[in-house]
Amino acid sequence: MSGLLVQTNNSLRENLWRYFFVAIPYIWLLLFFLAPFVIVFKISLADPIIAQPPFTPFFNESSDGGFSIYTTFDNFRYLFQDSLYFVTYLNSVKLAFIATVFTLLIGYPIAYGIARSPQPTRNILLLLVVIPFWISFLLRVYSWMGILKTNGLINGFLLWLGLIDQPLELLYTDTAVYIGMVYSYLPFMILPLYANLVKLDVRLLEAASDLGAKRWQGFLDVTLPLSIPGIIAGCLLVFIPAIGEYVIPSLLGGADTLMIGRVLFDEFFLNRDWPVASAVAIVLLLLLVLPIVYFQKKQAQENLEATA
Amino acid sequence: MLNQRSRFIFTALCFGFAFLYIPILLVIIYSFNDSRLVTVWGGWSFRWYVELFNNENILDAAILSFQIAAITATFATIMGTMAGFIMARIKQFRGRLLFSGMIASPLVMPEVITGLSLLLLFVSLQDFIGWPGSRGMNTITIAHITFSMAYVAVIIQSRLTEINDSLEEAAMDLGARPLRVLWDITLPIIFPAMIAGWLLSFTLSLDDLVIASFVSGPGATTLPMLIFSKVRLGVSPDINALATILILVVTLGLCLAAWITSRQNRSLSQS
Amino acid sequence: MTDSDQKFIEIKGVSKNFGEVIAVDNVDLEIKKGELFSILGASGSGKTTLLRILAGLEVPSQGSVLIDGVDMTTVAPYDRPVNIMFQNYALFPHMSVFENIAYGLKKEGMEKEGIQEKVERMLALVKLEGYENRKPNQLSGGQSQRVALARSLIKEPKVLLLDEPMAALDKKLRQSTQFELMDIHYELGITFVIVTHDQEEAMTLSDRIAIMEQGQFVQIGSPNLIYENPKSKFVADFLGNINLLEATVTEQSDDRIVVKCEALGGELELNNQDQSNTSQMTVALRPEKVMIEKTMPTENEQKFVKGMVEDFGYFGNLSIYRVRTESDHIIQVSKQNRDRVEQSIKWDDEVYLTWENESLMLLGE
Repeated sequence: MSGLLVQTNNSLRENLWRYFFVAIPYIWLLLFFLAPFVIVFKISLADPIIAQPPFTPFFNESSDGGFSIYTTFDNFRYLFQDSLYFVTYLNSVKLAFIATVFTLLIGYPIAYGIARSPQPTRNILLLLVVIPFWISFLLRVYSWMGILKTNGLINGFLLWLGLIDQPLELLYTDTAVYIGMVYSYLPFMILPLYANLVKLDVRLLEAASDLGAKRWQGFLDVTLPLSIPGIIAGCLLVFIPAIGEYVIPSLLGGADTLMIGRVLFDEFFLNRDWPVASAVAIVLLLLLVLPIVYFQKKQAQENLEATA
Repeated sequence: MLNQRSRFIFTALCFGFAFLYIPILLVIIYSFNDSRLVTVWGGWSFRWYVELFNNENILDAAILSFQIAAITATFATIMGTMAGFIMARIKQFRGRLLFSGMIASPLVMPEVITGLSLLLLFVSLQDFIGWPGSRGMNTITIAHITFSMAYVAVIIQSRLTEINDSLEEAAMDLGARPLRVLWDITLPIIFPAMIAGWLLSFTLSLDDLVIASFVSGPGATTLPMLIFSKVRLGVSPDINALATILILVVTLGLCLAAWITSRQNRSLSQS
Repeated sequence: MTDSDQKFIEIKGVSKNFGEVIAVDNVDLEIKKGELFSILGASGSGKTTLLRILAGLEVPSQGSVLIDGVDMTTVAPYDRPVNIMFQNYALFPHMSVFENIAYGLKKEGMEKEGIQEKVERMLALVKLEGYENRKPNQLSGGQSQRVALARSLIKEPKVLLLDEPMAALDKKLRQSTQFELMDIHYELGITFVIVTHDQEEAMTLSDRIAIMEQGQFVQIGSPNLIYENPKSKFVADFLGNINLLEATVTEQSDDRIVVKCEALGGELELNNQDQSNTSQMTVALRPEKVMIEKTMPTENEQKFVKGMVEDFGYFGNLSIYRVRTESDHIIQVSKQNRDRVEQSIKWDDEVYLTWENESLMLLGE
């Protein structure tokens, strides 16, 4: 519909510009986003060797000068045979899921409160939600280490109150991972929820109360159902990155806090088993394909509604 | 005046913001702690700041990270703006579906996968064409541009879908050729969004640990990589000082940006 | 008048489809030079698409567009002697009123002094002197509309296209603006093509109207012609109020036709204009052409029907009655309130309706 689209006689020059314009980001993404995945897939089908790079080549030059393709599913078979990987995938899903639920429970009232605030306050509160989002993720995770340590703030406080005599084991546990995830991803939950809740027409609530609904009934019957798209968007924005999380489990989690991101990282850097790491990545991707595709469908739908 | 509901909202907001800010405030406070034992208060002091500025490793890493972030932000803004424009304004061309998929995916792709796949690409390229030679600043920058441009594209696209096509059509109707329209109408209107995109790319690049760890080579250590290797071993007072500086810079920058955009909006908003 | 004046704009067999949807369906149209022409239709009738084709913002899927004898079908919007005023005005938010109006001249490469002078003249024409430094968000709806009008007129286009020019204005302002627009049209002598969904607006403004429905024109003609001689039930119903009454053909010759219309009390003999061979027809009768009295008409020849007032609305200048006839049909009647007296006909009054035979229109499907 736009000007760049109008096909006209004398716009050959403009058409060339258009191709050029589309080509630059397109080629960049093909080269640095799509091609790498093809390579990961390829290497996940190779054998590890002690060499540089540490995997068997995809094409084998045979003695008669032709090429043969060498593939193996050993890496994937290995993933399914070693229960460590299965447990890790399951554990990642569990940790991400529980963290998402807690983030929603904490984020919803905050988003609701911001959406119902009067205008100047609302913008300030929104800025306050956004600021942590811009502050280094790593540093924000780090900030909890000092709080959760054995001789950290929480334990110090509880000991001082006399509620406990022995410091609690908080850091390097799953609890610490949950706290870290909720804390880090809270803005991702609040922002889409806020965007949804602020659009809610207050007259709908007035209509509900006019028709006899109590406040909490009005919330359950009107606000909550209408905010479901926001809830879904927020949950996916937390769940998807949480599954592949590396920083949080390695700083706050214990040695037994198994998450795929961490296993992949270790497999790659400590064991230097690139083919297995690639296979782990491929399986992680398969795990995420459904939520990602679902999320993109939703986004596209919303874009369509916004333009209509 | 406070009824039950307002009281609930008020409490939720108080607890929510306390949760968000207390850890950050504690880091800031403890950065002024004289004691080496992080949890014992030993009086106010600037000694960790002094130590920070005498630590050459940290300064080198900081300079490298800021350089990468600045280059990343600039290129990501240019290409992300192009991509966002394509998504919002060119409704059909061959391969549009693939393009929109590639633009949206980096936003939700786990960092470990992006990092691993890019490293494997660089290794393979090295094998085939002998580029990129040594890995370090160049490969980190390419990786950062790739995921940052996706964020910029989303910002630009949403801004462009907000503004009506008819503005651009009106300019064209009055005799402006497509490139003129871009220059006269489209760019001035999306300029604030481009600034936002630049800032976001800068921050994302400055913040990235996982992808940089994968694609970096020996000798190139970014600030997050350095911080991570230190805090892995436990809480460290000079990292508190570093965190405080970064937090203050980011907060000031954000407040400035918020102030500018609110002024921009006031003068730009069309009733 | 030369032939090219008669066919200043020529649309020949133009179609436009967006994927499956056919927005404009094989349309032919000729517009005269200096004419004020309206395209009237409901939303989704294809009228805006046709206007955008004239502006060059859409390229037709089929057919051709000629303006002043030159084929414009694939000429880009920036190379056309045509300008458009958008429905939402599309004022550039980052430019002042002056810069908005001057934009077209700047793209022509005109020098500064010339631009200054022309913009000032334009500002005077649309009565906005003193507003040149305002930004669009500091203007009222009416002022924005004038800036948009000035901006699209400044290049002195051969044709000015207006997309729903009054839609964003309130009713009072709309009426005065309509007359100003007619004045400007008269003063400049430019051909205007207006797209609107507002039938009153189309009637007041236009020399000719084309009524569009599902991508095609259903009737083209002067407002008076279309109102008094609608070609179809759709047009009759679309333009103003009308009673559409079922009738069956009983006798038909070349120039005379007799129909039986229960609502109007039996057989009616009419001119056979329609010549269609259907036996089911519709008799159309405008409410203002029905007389309503409480006393039985005494003239012998006069046909009438008797009924009861079921409902009436008082509009100040006129009153509208809904009368249920003895044959159980509803007929709408409007009556000018010429006297300053209380309404004499009220609910449940027994009334007699009469009409001139020439007021009846016979329509096919």
